[in-house]
Amino acid sequence: MAVREAEPVGSLQEVKEVGLDREDLLAMYRSMLITRGLEERGHILYKQGKIPGSFYTGRGNEAASVGVATAMGPSDVGTPLHRDMGVHVVRGMEPWRVFANYMGREDGPTRGRDGNVHMAMPELGLHTMVSHLPAMLPVATGMALAFKIRGDRRVALGWFGEGSAGRGDAHEAMNFAGVRQLPMVFICDNNQWAYSTPTYLSYPVDHIADRAAAYGFEGVVVDGTDVLAVYREAKRAIEKAREGGGPTLLECLTLRMEGHAVHDDAFYVPKEMFERWAAYDPIERYRSWLYDHAELTEDEESELTATVKRLLNDALDRAEASPQPDPATLEGGVFASVEDLDTPHHK
Amino acid sequence: MAEMTYIQAISDALRLEMRRDPRVFVLGEDVGVYGGAFKVSLGFQEEFGPWRVIDTPLSETAIVGGATGAALMGLRPVAEMQFADFISCAWDHLVTVAAKQFFRARTPVPIVVRLPSGGGFSGGPFHSQNPETSFAHIPGLKIVCPSTPHDAKGLLAMSIEDPNPVLFFEHKHLYRRIKGEVPEDRYTVPFGHARVHRPGDDATIITWGAMVHTAAEAADELAKEGFEAEVIDLRTLVPWDKERVLEGVQRCSKVLVLHEDTRTAGFGAEIAATIAEEAFEHLDAPVVRITAPDTPAPFAPPLEKAYIPQVEDVVTALRELAAY
Repeated sequence: MAVREAEPVGSLQEVKEVGLDREDLLAMYRSMLITRGLEERGHILYKQGKIPGSFYTGRGNEAASVGVATAMGPSDVGTPLHRDMGVHVVRGMEPWRVFANYMGREDGPTRGRDGNVHMAMPELGLHTMVSHLPAMLPVATGMALAFKIRGDRRVALGWFGEGSAGRGDAHEAMNFAGVRQLPMVFICDNNQWAYSTPTYLSYPVDHIADRAAAYGFEGVVVDGTDVLAVYREAKRAIEKAREGGGPTLLECLTLRMEGHAVHDDAFYVPKEMFERWAAYDPIERYRSWLYDHAELTEDEESELTATVKRLLNDALDRAEASPQPDPATLEGGVFASVEDLDTPHHK
Repeated sequence: MAEMTYIQAISDALRLEMRRDPRVFVLGEDVGVYGGAFKVSLGFQEEFGPWRVIDTPLSETAIVGGATGAALMGLRPVAEMQFADFISCAWDHLVTVAAKQFFRARTPVPIVVRLPSGGGFSGGPFHSQNPETSFAHIPGLKIVCPSTPHDAKGLLAMSIEDPNPVLFFEHKHLYRRIKGEVPEDRYTVPFGHARVHRPGDDATIITWGAMVHTAAEAADELAKEGFEAEVIDLRTLVPWDKERVLEGVQRCSKVLVLHEDTRTAGFGAEIAATIAEEAFEHLDAPVVRITAPDTPAPFAPPLEKAYIPQVEDVVTALRELAAY
């Protein structure tokens, strides 16, 4: 079972065939704009000293995260990582919650207990990442196991990077999921740099997706800057899992367009590499496609841009008004009580 | 009531939980057809089917991480490590994910990890350890260490009911050696309540797990000399019954802390420090700690005997306390 390299998506007709109407297409574009806008503003907030700790973005990964999340069903679940802001946006996390989490405020999903992109809202089917990548892969595998045990028609998505693919968690999760043919999709955000480590020092084969064959399922490589191709492949993998076809490993190839985190100027990435990939900016690329194939008009675009700008302005104001967490509450939240169980996500 | 061994009580508790709650399932290596390394789940697969008694690959990370994911989706996984020693392979999933998820995300992780622990049968460095203290240090994990069949059954039911990650340390040397009367119906034993295993007013011995029986034998020996030591079985280390310990210190004024785990930064140190902070004026003698030395668990019988605290060691220490 060799890895399959996915074709780009061309015409509007092809897009319609995979189940997207024009409204969906514009919603995806909007999500990508919000995703980038959140991170650009977060960067400014960080420089203003309003965000403690460090700051990470997923610039260059907007198509991969938005494309995959758009393909998820309403009751599907996932464990997105720090380059996957688009997943939170598509699933419905309000931008002000993101800013509140960045700033460690009480209204962030972690209420100041954790920072930056370590956040998720379980009621949206997403569960909070940890720094020890890819530790959430076995966790997502357990979610898929729960669905299989109960016979739910739900799918779990686990994200990892080409760097964290080096850790044993990736192997154990994929092996277990393959053995049990669990309803699961493994999404590899291959942004070609694990901090400063290039791909040839991370793995010795052509693609991370090549590994899928060793676990008895299909591996697919897709251009992660092509939101429509990502959507099509993710949809296919998710529905295959839902129908009992087992896992898929979907590798989205992108370039991390900034440093590992805000302190890192990525001097080790060849300049020509940035220049080459800048021509494949996911948002610019999709914008052109919408003009060429979906009759996006300038009026529509400027209205969309203005709406997103307003949304983010309001979100920032609301997040800044959110209180700091109360130190008196610190020790109260270590252990759950019985009342904390059987909340809506626990089903 | 029925007489059961310690391991039968564990098996019984697990079976009853699986019968009453369809969300409870078992996963681990060889837990299905084989019934688990120590046969705790023998016959379970016939009764509950292969999707509630799940044989996993040799994959501790996937077992504990998978349990966490299933718990987040509303199931109640009971994961088995073949030996407590192997939990080191799943450290991240307990410490990094399960222990911190509620604090960070408000999502409870109700998992139980069953950990056959302890030495006494030449298991050597990798089949004899008592790693409870390593995990007691991690906020967010509960630590359970039963010493009797009654408590093993009631505490396992409580562990499965608890909405947090619970590490259930079952001492292998007690499995078939210790028998006791156990109610046939389901019951729970609450966490954080110590049990008086043997009453006495002359000294208080604070211990848990297999050492409860070692302590009781030593106390019986000293009773012949007119010195009555009480044996307090903590039963759970997180949470631990500080009030009961301090009450014993105040009443007896002499304290012996006993554990099978190694000495430095063992849980006994936490107990001794708490006594020093909160009951210093009540002490008539320095707190005595008897523990394994700071070495890996050895294989050869004479070495292992020197490693695991013996009845004679406790007897000697009690005599010294009596004379102090």
